[in-house]
Amino acid sequence: MVISSTVTHPDEQRQSITCTFASRYMRDPVPKFKLPESSIPKDAAYQIINDELMLDGKPRLNLASFVTTWMEPECDKLIMDSLNKNYVDMDEYPVTTELQNRCVNIIAHLFHAPIGEEETAVGVGTVGSSEAIMLAGLAFKRKWQTKRKAEGKPYDKPNIVTGANVQVCWEKFARYFEVELKEVKLTEDYYVMDPLKAVEMVDENTICVAAILGSTLTGEFEDVKLLNELLTIKNKETGWDTPIHVDAASGGFVAPFLYPDLEWDFRLPWVKSINVSGHKYGLVYPGIGWVVWRNKDDLPDDLVFHINYLGSDQPTFTLNFSKGSSQIIAQYYQFIRLGFEGYKNVMENCLENTRVLKEGIEKTGRFKIVSKDIGVPLVAFSLKDSSQHTVFEIADHLRKYGWIVPAYTMPADAQHIAVLRVVIREDFSCSLAERLVSDIVKVVNHLDTLPSALSSKSAHVAVIASETSKEVKKDITETQAEIARYWKKLVDGKRVGAC
Amino acid sequence: MVLSKTSSESDVSVHSTFASRYVRTSLPRFKMPEESIPKEAAYQIINDELMLDGNPRLNLASFVTTWMEPECDKLIMASINKNYVDMDEYPVTTELQNRCVNMIAHLFNAPLEENEAAVGVGTVGSSEAIMLAGLAFKRKWQNKRKQEGKPFDKPNIVTGANVQVCWEKFARYFEVELKEVKLNEGYYVMDPKKAVDLVDENTICVAAILGSTLNGEFEDVKTLNDLLVEKNKETGWDTPIHVDAASGGFIAPFIYPELVWDFRLPLVKSINVSGHKYGLVYAGIGWAVWRSKEDLPEELIFHINYLGADQPTFTLNFSKGSSQVIAQYYQLIRLGYEGYKNVMENCRDNMIVLKEGLEKMGRFNIVSKDDGVPLVAFTLKDHTNFDEFQISDLLRRFGWIVPAYSMPPDAQHITVLRVVIREDFSRTLAERLVADVEKVLHELDTLAARIRLISSTSNVTISEEVVKNNGQVVATKKSALETQREITAVWKKFVLERKKLNDKMNGVC
Repeated sequence: MVISSTVTHPDEQRQSITCTFASRYMRDPVPKFKLPESSIPKDAAYQIINDELMLDGKPRLNLASFVTTWMEPECDKLIMDSLNKNYVDMDEYPVTTELQNRCVNIIAHLFHAPIGEEETAVGVGTVGSSEAIMLAGLAFKRKWQTKRKAEGKPYDKPNIVTGANVQVCWEKFARYFEVELKEVKLTEDYYVMDPLKAVEMVDENTICVAAILGSTLTGEFEDVKLLNELLTIKNKETGWDTPIHVDAASGGFVAPFLYPDLEWDFRLPWVKSINVSGHKYGLVYPGIGWVVWRNKDDLPDDLVFHINYLGSDQPTFTLNFSKGSSQIIAQYYQFIRLGFEGYKNVMENCLENTRVLKEGIEKTGRFKIVSKDIGVPLVAFSLKDSSQHTVFEIADHLRKYGWIVPAYTMPADAQHIAVLRVVIREDFSCSLAERLVSDIVKVVNHLDTLPSALSSKSAHVAVIASETSKEVKKDITETQAEIARYWKKLVDGKRVGAC
Repeated sequence: MVLSKTSSESDVSVHSTFASRYVRTSLPRFKMPEESIPKEAAYQIINDELMLDGNPRLNLASFVTTWMEPECDKLIMASINKNYVDMDEYPVTTELQNRCVNMIAHLFNAPLEENEAAVGVGTVGSSEAIMLAGLAFKRKWQNKRKQEGKPFDKPNIVTGANVQVCWEKFARYFEVELKEVKLNEGYYVMDPKKAVDLVDENTICVAAILGSTLNGEFEDVKTLNDLLVEKNKETGWDTPIHVDAASGGFIAPFIYPELVWDFRLPLVKSINVSGHKYGLVYAGIGWAVWRSKEDLPEELIFHINYLGADQPTFTLNFSKGSSQVIAQYYQLIRLGYEGYKNVMENCRDNMIVLKEGLEKMGRFNIVSKDDGVPLVAFTLKDHTNFDEFQISDLLRRFGWIVPAYSMPPDAQHITVLRVVIREDFSRTLAERLVADVEKVLHELDTLAARIRLISSTSNVTISEEVVKNNGQVVATKKSALETQREITAVWKKFVLERKKLNDKMNGVC
């Protein structure tokens, strides 16, 4: 509680009487780079920030993100009440810690971890899949190093095999933890990791092969079962025992409910750890992920820190220490509130809305659908004809209607393909889907009336060239090449950031 | 929105929550339940269980903020569904983060020009901030060694043994050796001289702590800087300093502005501070600031295209909530320099009140200094009858959570109780705590006296019984000394068990 300072200036007493928008604090420029000298009243501070934030995009119209943007008011209440609980204080908040453990067990069972009736699952709550992946990767790296040391072989060049469609956090893991990233390149119309090519890339320095359940770009599920089979064969030949990690950030809370027969989890013997984002289809606000290991042996003990918890040992393995407890409580709320049937209902609903959107887009006749029917509920689509206008322009124009629909180029070797991607979350209803379709139609029709940005540029260049007396005469092919290079640069520049 | 199912148990909503069937059946713990339950029941079940958690505001173990103004709570709830990493979609939130970084960098006297943007980032806490800073040092050192053609496989970091556990995590996860300067009794922080002695060619940085976790002391960064400047001149290793100002970073600039510890010292290359400690924000926000662009190797930075402009990012976490960043900005503009100064001075005053109240009892030694993070760390003068762990246990009965820790090597025989004074720990609470500590001491004294009494009386009874049984030796005759020894043995075992578990504990936090 700030000690209320005795009012020194007589005109400051007017603060509480004058309406916020006319108070002097709203007239002075907002402090941006240096800490302001004096305090301001709390309602002014609130208003200033609230007003600036009005210019942010609306979370629920943000169709770029998988991350949950709506929860029930009861859950919001639980979140508010636990905002001031520091999750890491296990001693002081034993129930919150217990809730985390329950969530881990629930998720491990959902993924068919081979644990006995009385056995507890091995796993941890994290701030998101990035932290979860780093922890899983660390465990693999350490296990591999220990094995190589025992064999007396060099252990300084670990690598990890993934598809080029991995999310940026794998590249982060590779760069920060000094592991080489061996990427299986994509090809046009095949936008996920090819299990055959992946297994070919495996060598004695491979710490694990990472498969994605729910590719960021198209929502596709990679064929983990095939990968497991091929890897079993290779491991038998080589004796390297290369394991699999499944990055189920999006798919982990979709597959068990919509496609329970799809084998991708611990039912496959080489899958040693799985991560999933609680804040994607786990239906919790941003800030919660989960990583689960098959069993204790897959988590090297020297990575685990032992904290004394009410006289008993509480092992922890996280990168972050202090953080809020709200999302963990929210995740548990969702588990018991929805249960299996509830999650299944939500996912089926999302799938239905995906179908509505996809059919609406197909009916325009201008787009090619790139995403598959089986996978994470999203629709990725490219323009059949990109010569006049690009998907980037469509994305820009859609913003005018309030929609945030991102446009991305595919990674190597399919960089010439650019797609728009709409993610269907729980709160994207059927009526919103229909509205989006009609707005897309409006945008496309509007763009048809506009001259192409490409052709206008070439016209501009031609005009200048003819006007100048100077001889820099560029012929048509050169100009066209220049324009293509310009767009390519723009397109390439947009490459990183599919998330 | 869950499709509302036509309910076969249509009368569920009519019953009061506590009589509904869902609260009668046991709650699933390890497997996902098959069916959904009404939201009120879900809310009530979780709310009721959570009643058994400690009360955050009475948690005197933690530095982390437990109260914010309602206006800020409103801003937090409004932004809870914003994924911070969507910079494209939430440009204002991104801008607010940048403003906070700049304000903090200026607060730490980073050598920036008028229009130069500061180099720094918001993190989930000081753990992430320290890992990022450590990574930057490691990469810089590796690049330098590669250029010199020297081996770069054995990096190490020099710190005091009083470091918080996240430094050990950094060392273990990023394969850097931790060279710790041992403490001794009466000197519970890193000795700059010993630290500089430990520096060798493989040292990536020396980490000084502003606000030691155990007793709140500020380490002497200035002396460290001066000694290191000399050593660097001799050796040419250019070993830099990192200041872990997790607690102290939002204290020193306001109540000890003349204390030189930040970028004013030339060898300090990066600083981390916890927004959720004395930055006065709820758990989940920290800040890492670098002196200049050169101190952050370009290859660690990921470039994300942001509305056509380049937005460089360097974090371990990706998706996370935006609420705490907005809350930090709220505090910075709401309080300003004068507001933070008021809060810190108030904390310090309350700390003095608590300290003097404890000293007046005559039973404690105060281990914390007056200058430093506002906390009071104290030990018992006399350990014959009971120790600090028992005091901590009994205080819990009154609702207070006051932790007891043993010091790291080489002072493991010292155990302290530590009370952290946060913004919401008022003077009345301080006085009440003093009164409760007195009650606890009184109770423990009485208990000890009673044990002595019982042991002397029981001794008499036993010898009488034996005699009564017709001289037959039924039970071994215990002398008074033996019984006393037995009782001491029980207490000793109890204390040692706690100590053993405590030694295993890396969790002083």
